[in-house]
Amino acid sequence: MPFFMLLFSRQGKLRLQKWYVPLSDKEKKKITRELVQTVLARKPKMCSFLEWRDLKIVYKRYASLYFCCAIEDQDNELITLEIIHRYVELLDKYFGSVCELDIIFNFEKAYFILDEFLLGGEAQETSKKNVLKAIEQADLLQEVSHVKNCE
Amino acid sequence: MSDVVEKTLTALPSLLSLDSQPGSAKLSSTSKLGNLIRGITELTSKHEEEKLIQRELTSIKDQVSSPNTSMRQMKELMVRAIYCEMLGYEASFSYIHAIKLAQQGSVLDKRVGYLAVSLFLNESHELLLLLVNTVLKDLQSTNLIEVCMALTVVSQMFPKDMIPAILPLVEDKLNHPKEIIRRKAVLALYKFYLIAPNQVQHIHNKFRKALCDKDPGVMTASLHIYLQLIKENSEGYKDLTASFVTILKQVVGGKLPMDFNYHSVPAPWLQIQLLRILSLLGKNDQSTSEIMYEVLDESLRRAEMNHNITYAILYECVKCIYTIQPKSELLEKAAKCIGNFVLSPKINLKYLGLKALTYVVQQDPKLALQHQMTIIECLDHPDLIIKRETLELLFRITNGQNVTVIVEKMLDFLRISKDDYTTIDLVGKVAELAEKYPFETMNTVFSLGGDMMQPDIPNSFLKLLSEGFDSDEEDRKLRLFAVDSYVSLLQSEPNKLPQRFLQVISWVLGEYSHLSAELEPATVMTLLSKLLDLKHTSSETKSWVLMAMTKLCEGGVAISVAQDIYETHSSSMDTVLRQRAQELQHLSQDSELYLMGGVDSSLSFLDGFVSEALAAGAAPYKPPHQRQEELAQAKALSLEPYSLSLPISMSSCSIADRQSPTLMSMSSGLSGDSTDLSHKGGSTTLKLDGVKRVWGREGYLAQREPVEETAQVEVPSPLRSPSQQAEADSTQSQTPTPTVTPELEQDKQQLASSLFVGLGSQSSVCLMGKSDPTPQRFRRKAQGRASSSGASEKTPTSLGSTPSPVDNLLCNSLLDSNLVSEPTNQTPQASQSLDTTNGNCHEELTDVKENNPSLIHNNEEPDKPKDLCLSSHLPTELSGLSHSEITPLCSNQSVNLSACHVQKEDSLQLVIFIFNSSDSALQQMQLQVDSGELKVNYCLSLITDSPVEEVRSHSVAVCHYSVTVKRPSVHVEVLGMLSYQLPGGTPQTIQFSHKLPLTTFIRPLTLSTEEYGSMWLAFSQDTKQNLTLINDDQDPLTTTLNVLKKKLQLHVVEIIGVEGIVACQLVQDQPCLMHCRVHAGTLAVWLRSPVPDLPDCLLYHCQRALQEH
Repeated sequence: MPFFMLLFSRQGKLRLQKWYVPLSDKEKKKITRELVQTVLARKPKMCSFLEWRDLKIVYKRYASLYFCCAIEDQDNELITLEIIHRYVELLDKYFGSVCELDIIFNFEKAYFILDEFLLGGEAQETSKKNVLKAIEQADLLQEVSHVKNCE
Repeated sequence: MSDVVEKTLTALPSLLSLDSQPGSAKLSSTSKLGNLIRGITELTSKHEEEKLIQRELTSIKDQVSSPNTSMRQMKELMVRAIYCEMLGYEASFSYIHAIKLAQQGSVLDKRVGYLAVSLFLNESHELLLLLVNTVLKDLQSTNLIEVCMALTVVSQMFPKDMIPAILPLVEDKLNHPKEIIRRKAVLALYKFYLIAPNQVQHIHNKFRKALCDKDPGVMTASLHIYLQLIKENSEGYKDLTASFVTILKQVVGGKLPMDFNYHSVPAPWLQIQLLRILSLLGKNDQSTSEIMYEVLDESLRRAEMNHNITYAILYECVKCIYTIQPKSELLEKAAKCIGNFVLSPKINLKYLGLKALTYVVQQDPKLALQHQMTIIECLDHPDLIIKRETLELLFRITNGQNVTVIVEKMLDFLRISKDDYTTIDLVGKVAELAEKYPFETMNTVFSLGGDMMQPDIPNSFLKLLSEGFDSDEEDRKLRLFAVDSYVSLLQSEPNKLPQRFLQVISWVLGEYSHLSAELEPATVMTLLSKLLDLKHTSSETKSWVLMAMTKLCEGGVAISVAQDIYETHSSSMDTVLRQRAQELQHLSQDSELYLMGGVDSSLSFLDGFVSEALAAGAAPYKPPHQRQEELAQAKALSLEPYSLSLPISMSSCSIADRQSPTLMSMSSGLSGDSTDLSHKGGSTTLKLDGVKRVWGREGYLAQREPVEETAQVEVPSPLRSPSQQAEADSTQSQTPTPTVTPELEQDKQQLASSLFVGLGSQSSVCLMGKSDPTPQRFRRKAQGRASSSGASEKTPTSLGSTPSPVDNLLCNSLLDSNLVSEPTNQTPQASQSLDTTNGNCHEELTDVKENNPSLIHNNEEPDKPKDLCLSSHLPTELSGLSHSEITPLCSNQSVNLSACHVQKEDSLQLVIFIFNSSDSALQQMQLQVDSGELKVNYCLSLITDSPVEEVRSHSVAVCHYSVTVKRPSVHVEVLGMLSYQLPGGTPQTIQFSHKLPLTTFIRPLTLSTEEYGSMWLAFSQDTKQNLTLINDDQDPLTTTLNVLKKKLQLHVVEIIGVEGIVACQLVQDQPCLMHCRVHAGTLAVWLRSPVPDLPDCLLYHCQRALQEH
């Protein structure tokens, strides 16, 4: 089960953060700062896993964005890497060839998708179709209300 | 109803003139968020960003609190607040508005409100309580999406105490027609289970229903709960094994809808979850394991596609196979699988391969042998994480022969590692390995790990050094080596050494530098004094240094050095330093005082002064803890924050208490006699607290050996066994590094032979010419010596530097003659009769009317009949008294010896029965009973009579001794030897030993409270401890004291309130007084006696008596 998930840019700017363990803001900031530094310092050919404090960090870079998950040592690193990948696939499908800007300007959507995919840190729905269906339904409702409001 | 809504919704996009792609990125160029984001990206400095965000936050704040803001606008504001928080700026004012938005907004606003709540708050936040009603309302909504949102937020965070409020609603949702709702409800229950397991205890049957749900998604969700449940109690769910196996079989067989495929692999997450559950169920359970062999085999076979996700499944599969009861066929396949991982050019797979190898290598160390070349390559891998995992692997395969190389590698890593956590972990591991071969490793550990390491590591190191090993010669060598190496360290660059190491160095030099013949104390003093001048030396270290110097200040130069130091430090701000400097100066000036050595920790020389003061009306001294208790009871002001802090760190302790660090560590260290645990134990994480201390006697010698051995293996190939060679070759051919030069390769092979030595059954043994593959375990000297010998035993830090037993003895006897009103005739008599006591006894020969002689001859007869008839042989003056059980001592073909004791008021009578079981008479019989042979120098004085010389066939001779204790010990041991001759035979001897607990010598001492009071002050030996209180009725103190009275024959003098006084004596008038008070549920006991060790021993028996009760 992931402890948290962070998305940050190559410049070290945080784009998304989801914490599955209760931590104080101060701790969160400290962790984020340290982790972003550590991950950015790594070379491209290096292993996608790293030990950090007593956690295992699994990260992957997609274009200019780093996706980064913290798990326990006995967890399966590879499956975590695939969780990240599935999330990217979901974003890609939803935004239509996703780029960093999509996530910056619609980060709340990225959160909705993440919540639909991982709930409380556990993979909730792994079927791409089902996740997107759920999101789209909620989105549609939103559009409908917009229309209603306009009327 | 909801279906209708859904249909309408799906039809909507075509009707609306909106972008048909639902989530298409609208860069919302006009939105305020867009403006904010763009504004920030245009800024150049952090300062400007700060200003901009603050401005933004102020504007958000104004708007959210304005009553005119619509929910729609509020939603927009919330998004901006989330963004600001993500950038690291606090927007706590918006939290309450997020909750409001979730509560009052329409469905679309609600969603953002819930999101903001889940991002802003964590589950312990108090505002979360305000969300409960909203959640309740939404759970009851007919709108699917609202229910989904409520369940989503509940699965992420919910106040623990409010779970009962919504639990029935969530439970209801388990029957909802829509699978998405059922799934979310299951996950919500999972969350509840995690935060408050007892709240959902009653719905375990619903979990089962979820497991059987027709929708695979709901079933998958329920597995999260089951994994957790099985982790906690695998026994309770064994019956589900078959179901899990069936599910896995179906998944692997591709029976699930295509939707669940991920890159054409069927439901990988589900598979992994099931494999984890199965490994928990099959662990240590043969029959359960058997159920799953088939499906595991199937999984291994199916997961052949070359994609990360299949590797993830394979990895989990391998782990499972190695966790459950082994099956050789599967193990073989799993091992092959690991091989593929390790050899993979993909770095992530390689890492996982190493991790899997680390996991399995405990069961199958030979697996590491197969991959040795790869492992060597990984050791030099540019990526630290690979190196780190390789070290972890090597740590698991460390044995006596490869430890040098492995520790060296670890230390190499330590030198480059910047990460504190890694350093702590590795230092612990190195220290653990160094147990087997201490010396130089520890130096490096100290200088690299330095102040980062756990304090008990240096502590146990010093303890080891001071306690030593079995042979004195070894001890001397090790200490000398320590002194020499530390002196050279100090001569080179002391300013780079960490504080802890400096402390260790000072202690060792202070204590042992006299061992080195060529080393002048003055030289050491000068070296040490340099440390004091270093800028970064902490005052704690300075104290250590000064303590060391105090032990050394002797002779001309030393005195002048001491004088200098006194001058610089006598005005130090630090009181401890000032005191040390004072002491140093005094001792260096007063050589008599210096030579006196020895510390009377009981401060008995002050007794006269104290009693004078008491007579003059002074209040009796109470130790700080007692004073505090009394204060607390009197409900006075609590002085706690200002009270003396108890010494915690070992150094402050040794300074304050003048005790050696070794004694300190006795209490703090764990008793670790086996290093095995860490290697065999399955834990992947290492506990750093209490690093075990099984350092080797061979110490640094052992460390040399392997180095030489490696040197012998210069030409590896002819020495290696063919199979191993082949293994290595194949590894080389498969590894994708063909450019390695031959020399390099040879280096590596050499490294391999030194690393993997001792792993394979054949190779290592013949390589090293050692027949014993297990590392030699060194054993420390028995701890008993330290504890059983007297309180005045020399501790390493006491002021004199040369331990001299003469001093101690002198001291003790002075103490004894001063304080003990022993009958003067007894002591000399006893000491004279010590060694030469002959077995002289009241002798009574009687024929034994043996009913069943054959039984006795067999030596196997039950004690009972013999006991009965033997007791009839008790000497007449004892026959009326109750005697202890007759215990057999020893026997051979012709004699049986047994003993019992009778407690008389003034003495203990020891009776030894000699039964002649042979057919002829025993002649020239002589029984020697003696306790002088023991190391512990207590003795028994034996008052004896005329000897027996002959015992007729099948008859019993009885020897009878009156025994008193001269020096108490927990158990008094009597050694004896019987020599006799059968007619026409050679003289024979038979030896025995008999233990008498001290309790047999204890008698009640009847006293009045006044007498007690005056005696109490006169006694110098004391001990305090807390004992458990027997808590069965209203008056625990009386009950407890009665138990002690009954079991140990104590006399309860008086009980007043929570305090009680008790008195007893050792036979022959050696009193011991006990003061008990009930405090905080325990019995605080304070024992006093004029006899050394008596309080300690009695305390031990009190403890035992209460435990047995």
